[in-house]
Amino acid sequence: MLRIEGLTKTYKTGDKALSEVSFEVPKGQVVGLIGPSGAGKSTLIRCINRLVEPTSGTVHLNDLNVTGLRAGELRRARRRIGMIFQEYALVERLTVMENVLSGRLGYVGFWRSFMRRYPGSDIANAFRLLDRVGLVSHADKRADALSGGQRQRVGIARALAQDPELLLIDEPTASLDPKTSRQIMRLIMEICRERGLPAIINIHDVVLAQQFTDRIIGLQAGRVVFDGPPSGLTETVLTQIYGEEDWTAMRNGAAEDAEAEAEEKAQAEKMLRAL
Amino acid sequence: MSTAYPTTWRKPPQMIQSRGLRVALAVGALIYLVLAIGTIEVNWTRVVAGMERGQRFVAGFLQPDFTTRWRDISNGLMESLTMTFTSTVVGVLISVPIGVGAARNVAPVWVYYICRSIIATSRALQEIIVAIFFVALFGFGAFAGFLTLTFATIGFIGKLLAEDIEDIDEAQAEAIRATGASWLQLINYAIQPQVMPRLIGLSLYRLDINFRESAVIGIVGAGGIGAALNTSLSRYEYSSAGAILLIIIAIVMASEYSSGYLRKWVK
Amino acid sequence: MSVVSAETPVWAHRTPRKRLLLWAGWLACVALFVWCWERMTQRTIWAFVWDAPTAAADIGSRAFPPRWSYMERLWAPLWDTINIATLGTLLGIMMAVPLAFLAASNTTPSRLILRPVALFVIVATRSINSLIWALLLVSILGPGILAGILAIALRSIGFIGKLLYEAIEETDISQVEAITATGASQGQILTYGIVPQVLPSFYGISVFRWDINIRESAILGLVGAGGIGAQLNSSLNMLAWPQVTLIILVILGTVVVSEWISAKVRHAII
Repeated sequence: MLRIEGLTKTYKTGDKALSEVSFEVPKGQVVGLIGPSGAGKSTLIRCINRLVEPTSGTVHLNDLNVTGLRAGELRRARRRIGMIFQEYALVERLTVMENVLSGRLGYVGFWRSFMRRYPGSDIANAFRLLDRVGLVSHADKRADALSGGQRQRVGIARALAQDPELLLIDEPTASLDPKTSRQIMRLIMEICRERGLPAIINIHDVVLAQQFTDRIIGLQAGRVVFDGPPSGLTETVLTQIYGEEDWTAMRNGAAEDAEAEAEEKAQAEKMLRAL
Repeated sequence: MSTAYPTTWRKPPQMIQSRGLRVALAVGALIYLVLAIGTIEVNWTRVVAGMERGQRFVAGFLQPDFTTRWRDISNGLMESLTMTFTSTVVGVLISVPIGVGAARNVAPVWVYYICRSIIATSRALQEIIVAIFFVALFGFGAFAGFLTLTFATIGFIGKLLAEDIEDIDEAQAEAIRATGASWLQLINYAIQPQVMPRLIGLSLYRLDINFRESAVIGIVGAGGIGAALNTSLSRYEYSSAGAILLIIIAIVMASEYSSGYLRKWVK
Repeated sequence: MSVVSAETPVWAHRTPRKRLLLWAGWLACVALFVWCWERMTQRTIWAFVWDAPTAAADIGSRAFPPRWSYMERLWAPLWDTINIATLGTLLGIMMAVPLAFLAASNTTPSRLILRPVALFVIVATRSINSLIWALLLVSILGPGILAGILAIALRSIGFIGKLLYEAIEETDISQVEAITATGASQGQILTYGIVPQVLPSFYGISVFRWDINIRESAILGLVGAGGIGAQLNSSLNMLAWPQVTLIILVILGTVVVSEWISAKVRHAII
């Protein structure tokens, strides 16, 4: 179970992306996170595995306080949190199998991963996951040879290879067509059900969120403005979340998105710089 | 859940599929390496004697002497810089029509072949070899160097410009053609705006290369700072040589930074 | 709604100020060119220049036909030339790869000390032509192909290092992020997130440099660093023009073949 308390993120420019966000996700629940671009959805899920460093507040995964961890412990925590990305973020030039196995990186040592000598159980598990997402025959293909929907399936298999206790899913359908989007959402839901896995799905498409998730959290300008069952999403609530043709807010949103991106980049760079 | 999944997986070969060919290539490479390394003859007594010179060179590089040979250095530098600039300007001016002529989408076939062969000749001949001939024909000094660098610039800019023109957005050219424009108008309105920023970038890059080359062709007598460098090295005056090398590095660095800014400004 | 002005607006390609600046810029360029030309030709003896066509005709008549029998003395230097280029490229790669990771802003372990040092080494080795390196190394190590190999290697460091560190800096950050999110260590992020992305450009750069090095190693012999250039030098000194013609033909042939190989390999990679 995931518990978030008073999570706040202020960017260097002084813009508040998240203010005092608190909620809990019990085991097996799939939460849809909706809100206009720049409401802080992307920042929120990245604060949970600390790809973006929160300014204040805590994140508890089961009994582990993720926000208080040092580098080595944080890596061990990250392997318990699977993440699925908007543009798939597969390592394009590696094979599908290597991409799935890369979910095990947190569990194997450097040389094992460098020589691609994973334990037999990891490999069997990777084949099982590829079978589950329907791609077992593509195992030896390179990731950039697959279609968008297939790549996202590999992304799902990679996240599952981590044996996660929580899934963070960032706009899984943003670059897919409507039919593939539904297939991917259905697959994610089935897998969460099978494993009793809690998940947070950051999603643009309100209809899709309503159709598939158990619970909706609406974010507006970094604050939770709605938290309830999908059926509770009425016209008035949606207006509250998205505003009524409030175009200036949208523009600010785009700026905030760019900021989040820059922050992420800086974070990743910082990690790399320490290499 | 009864299917048993394999517990081993090997990465399939990415480039060469046939196993025999892979082994043959690896063995071949190994044999080549052994043979090639075997041809290196090292005269160790000479190397040991040379180490002392090596140390003096490093010392000279760390404590460069700009003053003793300043007259030679400044003369050579002036020659190198003027030669670089003039040859780049003339080279670019000549290479523009040749580059246009070597672009298949705008030039008639016979012009295309003539221009392509000019470019191929210029690119295939090493600057140094060209410099040797120009020195033999035009006498020692900067003029031979100027001709060498101009000749090399034509091949470099001509080829890249031609490729650039061949890569342009055809829709724009078609739109201009549809207005009933003449060939020159087509070049001016559809081609020039598309390739101009890159042509400027290439010219700046070539300026940089020409300066570096101007330091080399002096060795065979084509003027410039290379002659001064050659003299100081053959006299074992390593502190002067170090000074010259440092000047070359500094100028290349400066030109690289400024051309980066210029290119951004042009865009 | 905009207010329509009473007069018909005059359309001009550029504003007067811009036009003035443009003309001033052109004028400055022309002035600089004239001045440079004057400085450069100060010591030119024009008699030689006007005499050049006759000299060219003279050399041309003596250079043909090439002396084909000289070929048997060229095989060994040609083999040396290829070895200088290949071994020099390999040595250069070995030194350039770690340097590139130190110099790339996203992988460098220390931004303040190691990165500037690595960048300086890259610029310094790149600014100095391999012939100058050869000149220097021959004066230190004595003539021979070792000096040639080292000269080629040193020049290659700067070239490969620069292109490779730029490729490392251009890697897609989302792939790196995804690998980070799995809990990978920093070594694993490097080998899974970055290396696969830069590997194709690495192969391309190396083969490209090898192709250039073949050209460069052909002339290193002029200053005593081994290879076919030594034969060229002695033939030039003896004014044996038919031999010179043959050597240049051989160099051209080698260059064409190496360019063809490099183009094939790069095509196969991409």
